[in-house]
Amino acid sequence: MKRGTTIYLYELAWILPSIALPVGMLVALAVTAFGAGIHLPSEVGRVNPLHVAATPPFDAPGVKQIAPGQYEVGMLAQIWSFTPGEIRVPAGSTVHFWVTSKDVVHGLFIPHANVNVMVLPGQIAHVEARFDRPGEYPMLCHEYCGIAHHTMAGKVIVEPRS
Amino acid sequence: MSAGAPPGPATGDAGALAPDLGVESRQMAAYLAVALGALFGGVVTGLLQALEHAGINLYPWVTPFIASYYHGLTVHGVLNVLVWTTFFICGFLPYIATRAFGLPLARRGLAWLTFWLMTSGLVLAAIPLVGNAATVMFTFYPPLRAHWAFYVGLTLVVLGTWLVTLNLVLTYRTWRRANPGRRTPLAAFMSLATFAMWAIASLGLAAEMLFMLIPWSLGLVAGTDALLARTLFWFTGHPIVYFWLLPAYISWYTLAPRQAGGKLFSDPLARTSFLLFLVLSTPLGFHHQYTDPGIHRGWKLLHAFLTFAVFFPSLLTFFNVTASLESGARARGGKGWVAWFGKLPWGDPSLAAQVLAMLLFTFGGVGGLINASYNLNLIVHNTAWIPGHLHLTVGTAVTLTFMGITYWLVPTLCGRALWGRRVALVQVWLWFIGMAIFSHAMHQLGLLGAPRRTMLGAAAYVQPEWKAWLPLVGFGGAILFASSLLYFLILVLTLLASRRPAPAPPEFAEAMSGPDHSPPILDRWRPWLALAAVLIAIAYGPTLLHLIATTPLTTPGFRVW
Repeated sequence: MKRGTTIYLYELAWILPSIALPVGMLVALAVTAFGAGIHLPSEVGRVNPLHVAATPPFDAPGVKQIAPGQYEVGMLAQIWSFTPGEIRVPAGSTVHFWVTSKDVVHGLFIPHANVNVMVLPGQIAHVEARFDRPGEYPMLCHEYCGIAHHTMAGKVIVEPRS
Repeated sequence: MSAGAPPGPATGDAGALAPDLGVESRQMAAYLAVALGALFGGVVTGLLQALEHAGINLYPWVTPFIASYYHGLTVHGVLNVLVWTTFFICGFLPYIATRAFGLPLARRGLAWLTFWLMTSGLVLAAIPLVGNAATVMFTFYPPLRAHWAFYVGLTLVVLGTWLVTLNLVLTYRTWRRANPGRRTPLAAFMSLATFAMWAIASLGLAAEMLFMLIPWSLGLVAGTDALLARTLFWFTGHPIVYFWLLPAYISWYTLAPRQAGGKLFSDPLARTSFLLFLVLSTPLGFHHQYTDPGIHRGWKLLHAFLTFAVFFPSLLTFFNVTASLESGARARGGKGWVAWFGKLPWGDPSLAAQVLAMLLFTFGGVGGLINASYNLNLIVHNTAWIPGHLHLTVGTAVTLTFMGITYWLVPTLCGRALWGRRVALVQVWLWFIGMAIFSHAMHQLGLLGAPRRTMLGAAAYVQPEWKAWLPLVGFGGAILFASSLLYFLILVLTLLASRRPAPAPPEFAEAMSGPDHSPPILDRWRPWLALAAVLIAIAYGPTLLHLIATTPLTTPGFRVW
C-alpha cells in the first residue's frame, strides 16, 4: 500500500498547481476584460437581410462624425466588398463600427487594431476601436465567402493631426 | 477489403481467454481502408494549398479535378478532419474495447450495417464535394448552400457513429452482467466515455442538419439563419476535437506505456480525466463564437471559464502519460530529471510517432489556451494562427498518433511484419519536422494579421512582413507531403512485399496504481452524464432557447463559388 500512497502524493503535487494555473489565467482574463476594458462583441439586434438596404444606418453606409474625435461607420459587407471600402479619420479618433451582411457570412478584421468581428446576415455587429497611430490599416474579410474571398478588403486611413 | 487475421490474444485485465474477434478485426480493416483513402485525398489537396501560399500555384494544372483553391481546401478539410478521424475511430475503439472486454461486439450484424451506412453516407456526400457543388468548407456555414446530398451524406455518417455508440453500450451491458462489481477494463471504459461524450455533443450538429440545412437545401423551407446555424454547429464543433483526441489519448494511456517498456502511472487518475472530458467537453462552444454578434458577452465569458476548466483533465493527462513513459525509460536505464527521455525505445516507429505527437501537442495545448482567452482571442480569431493550431492538434496529436497505431495495427491485421522500420522512423520524424515548420509559420502569419482560409498568393493585400513566412508554409507542407507518401508506401509494401510474420501486437499496460485503487464513483455513468446535462443546460440553455424562439428562418442561400 506504501506505493499507492507515494503515487497519491505525486498526483496531489501535480493536481494542485494544475488547478492554480487555469485559475490564475482566469484572473488575468478578468483583469484585462474589466480592468483594461477590452471586450468582445455582444448582442445588438437583428436586421432583415432582405431589407437591409432600406434600414438605417445601412441605407446610407458611410463615415459620420458624432462628437469631437468620435466617428460612426455604418457598414455593409457583401460579396466581395465592404461599403464603405475606405474610411478616413484623424489620428486619435475612436471609430464605432456598425456592420451587417447582405448575403453570406463575412468577417471584419483590422489587424493590430483589436477589430475582429463576424459579419452575419441577420445580425448587427458593433465594435469600436481607437486609432492613435497615423497610417493605412488594411481592413480584411477573414471568413470564407466564396470564390473571390481573397479580394475582399478595404482600408482605414488614419491621417496625422495637423 | 477483408484483411482479417486471427486476433491477438485478449490481454490486460480482461482475462487470459482469447475470444474469437475476427469479425472485429475485419471491421477495423474496413474502416481503416476508408480512413486511409480519405487521408490520401486530404494530403494531396493539402500540398496544393501549402504551395499556393509559397507562390507556387498548381491549381491551373489540376482543374479537371480541383476547380479552385477553395474547392481543394474544402476537400482537404472534409477528408482529413471529418472522414479520416471518424472512420479510424469508429473502427479502432470497438476493436480495442472488445479486446479489453474479452467479448465480441453485442450486435455484429448491426456493426456491419453501421459500417455500410457510414460508407454510403460518405459516398453520397463525396459526389457533390468532388463535383464542386459543396465548396462550403468543413464548417458549411449557411447561407452558403451546398447540394442536399452533402448534408444528407454527412448526417448518415453521424447516425452511424450513434450506432457504434449503441453497440458499445450493449457490449458493456453484456460484460457488466457477467462481471458485477469489477472495474470496467480501462481501454473499454475510455472508449465508452469517448462515444458517450460524442453522442451528447453531436446533438447540435444533428439538429442543424435535420431542422435547418437538409429541409432548406431540398427547398422545403425558404430560408435559414447564420447565427442559429453557427451556434448549433459549434455545440458539436469543439467537442468534436475531443472526439478525435480522446482515441489518441486512449493509445497513450493504455498501450504506449507498455510499448515504452513501462506501466501506466495511475489508473484512477486516467479514469478521472476521461470523466471530466465527458462532463466538460460540450458546454464551451462559444469560444469559437467570441466575435459573433447576437450572443451576449456574459455567456461568452462563462464558456471561457469552462474552457479553462477542461484544461484541467488535459493537464492530468500530460502528467499521467509522461510519468508512465518515464517509468518505461527508467526501466530501460534512463536517469536524471529529463535525460531519461532519450532512453525511450526511439527505434520503435509506433512509439516514436506517438511521443513526437505528444511533444508537438504540448504547443497545441498552450495555443488552445490562448484561443480560449476571451479578449486575447481578438488577436488570433480567424487568422492563419487557427489552422496552425488545428494542425498541431488534429493534424499531429491525432494524425501522427493514428499513424503510429497503424504501425502495429496493420501488421496485426494482415499477419505480416511492418515493411521498412527505418523508413517508418524517417516518415515519423519528417512529419514532426514538417509540421513544426508549417505550423510555426502559420502561427506567425496569424499574429501578423494574415486571414485563414484565404488564397493568399492571389490576395492584393499581402503585407511585407508576411513574406518571410509564406515560403515556409510551402516548405513545411512539402515535407509533410513527402512524409505522407512514405507512410502510404510503407503500408502498401507491408501488404504486398513483407514476408515475415507479424510480431505480437502491444498489450494493454498494467498500472502502478491500478483499478483496485479507483473508487466506485469512477466506474459509474449516470451521475457524470447528469452533471454533463446540467452544465450544458446552464451554458447553452438560455441562448439556444432565445435564438430558437426569436429567429426567423428567412435568410436566402447562395452559391458563390
